Amino acid sequence: MEHIHDEKIKKLELIANRLRQHVIESVAHAGSGHQGGPLGMADIFAALYFHVMHHDPKNPEWEERDRLILSNGHICPVRYAAMAEAGYFPIEELLTLRQFGSRLQGHPERLRLPGSETTSGPLGSGLAQATGMALAGKIDKKKWHVYALTSDGEHEAGLHWEAMLFAGKNKLDNLICVVDRNNIQIDGNTEDIMPLEPLREKYEAFNWHVITANGNDMEDVVRAFEDAKSIHQKPICIIAHTIPGRGVSFMENNYLWHSQAFKEGEAEQALAELKEIEKKLISEHAQ
Amino acid sequence: MLNKTAKFIDNLFDSPGDGLKEVPTRNGYGEGVVEAGKKNPNVFVLCADLTESTRNLEFKKQFPERFVQMGVHEQLLAALAAGMALEGKIPFITSYAMFCPGRAWEMIRTNICLNGVNVKIIGSHAGVSVGPDGATHQGIEDIAIMRPIPNMTIVVPCDAIEARKATVALLDVPGPCYLRLAREKTPVFTIEETPFVIGKALTLREGKDVALIACGPLVYNALRAAKELSGEGIDAMVINSHTIKPLDEETILEAAKKCGAIVTIEEHQVIGGLGGAVAEYLSQAHPTIIERIGVQNQFGQSGTPKELIEHYGMGVGSIKEAAQKAIRAKKGK
Repeated sequence: MEHIHDEKIKKLELIANRLRQHVIESVAHAGSGHQGGPLGMADIFAALYFHVMHHDPKNPEWEERDRLILSNGHICPVRYAAMAEAGYFPIEELLTLRQFGSRLQGHPERLRLPGSETTSGPLGSGLAQATGMALAGKIDKKKWHVYALTSDGEHEAGLHWEAMLFAGKNKLDNLICVVDRNNIQIDGNTEDIMPLEPLREKYEAFNWHVITANGNDMEDVVRAFEDAKSIHQKPICIIAHTIPGRGVSFMENNYLWHSQAFKEGEAEQALAELKEIEKKLISEHAQ
Repeated sequence: MLNKTAKFIDNLFDSPGDGLKEVPTRNGYGEGVVEAGKKNPNVFVLCADLTESTRNLEFKKQFPERFVQMGVHEQLLAALAAGMALEGKIPFITSYAMFCPGRAWEMIRTNICLNGVNVKIIGSHAGVSVGPDGATHQGIEDIAIMRPIPNMTIVVPCDAIEARKATVALLDVPGPCYLRLAREKTPVFTIEETPFVIGKALTLREGKDVALIACGPLVYNALRAAKELSGEGIDAMVINSHTIKPLDEETILEAAKKCGAIVTIEEHQVIGGLGGAVAEYLSQAHPTIIERIGVQNQFGQSGTPKELIEHYGMGVGSIKEAAQKAIRAKKGK
């Protein structure tokens, strides 16, 4: 990961905007799926796939690649969008999301889609699998990192805390857990459903190094990953504060957009807003 | 009469524990996993705070760098193993059957089986013969929860020698396997030369009146029952169906056709285990009278292993009665 220039930041922001457009188009086309989380995490996915991670879209099994485990598999539309943009498969394939026979299942399946690393979605099980990969990487003295992307709501699952204990004990500094701290889950706000705070202190008490970031500020996202890679002897947690539905005015911070279907005209309106942002980014970029 | 090619120990019908040696199947696993570790450098043992009682101590001594202490984290045990297997390791995940597979079911189903990774699930202390610990620790539903999962192989060895062979043989199966073990010592009646192939049931005794199809240490009770039945003019076939999945349908179909009456025998609920598998298969392939020996939709309790086996109807006498009942039903058909 080279030092980042303003120009690269702008480029990543543009990619994140494209990922958001893909999310809207593919979920609208599928007629069901999740939008709030994917829109909120688009900046982090853009940073990971186009700056932070070592990977080879033409060789998804490349031994030395960094691994990305998407624990909250339901936000897969943004991962699929990032994979398509990176060249893992044609962008047109995004419109097969959730359809019969598609490689783009409602929740990701490793055996169907090379590059998805694991089959995920049942909440709380991603960090556990990522911990197993990180342990194997340590045993084999590998240089790669495992990025486990998790939701805040799934921190209610006991299995996640089992993995936190284990990773802390074993000092897995090749494991970076990103928490999408968007404060929503299906039934409402996380702090109403089951309060998680103080989250930083919880991770620290489990012997993790904690970094916080604004998950929708590209410079801060990149800085957080750079910091994470410099940590030794502890697993790293990046608490990324994101805005669910980011980029679409009527979807931002509304928990109903965790997964509700678009009504007529809504997807078009969302796309129009994103295209406005894109135009603005391009004109800034040109300056 | 006994199938000579099956090969048994010479003093097969000496008193168990007196003339006939008794060893728990978990001990056979303990030897087998060391052998597996020597054979394949990718074999890892993951243990959930039960290293000695799941018989992993020797592996830990010989391969400390391939032994992972998980703590009491049975869900993590399965999910983390999936992650290690994705990186080419072959984790043997071990606990009591009640907790692994019991507590870890969803992780086994989704993270291991749907993910198509090579993890070996070792469930010790299965059955009511766990004894004094009582119902909480007697795993008697484990086969039933593993059977419906696609890609799963299930093996229930009949004695310590077979358990050792089975443990090593798991390495030849490229996907998830469940190996079911018992705590209590039971007769060692097979020998090195006894054939063992995963997926291939072994006919221990030829017979024509009724087929006793058993798995696990109760195979020995089936042999004893057959011996006593022969004194009463009943010629019983005995089959060691150590692999519950994939079931050896060919051997079972032949037995059904030849005998026309079947008794299944397992230390497990009669719902969803070996008896369920045999009944499901034969109901389509060749409807046959079937009596199912096992725990009859109840929970266990504290007691000595012998008391519990008798109380829940899995002793030699119960097997004989079931055989006679099946033969009567066949004749009345």
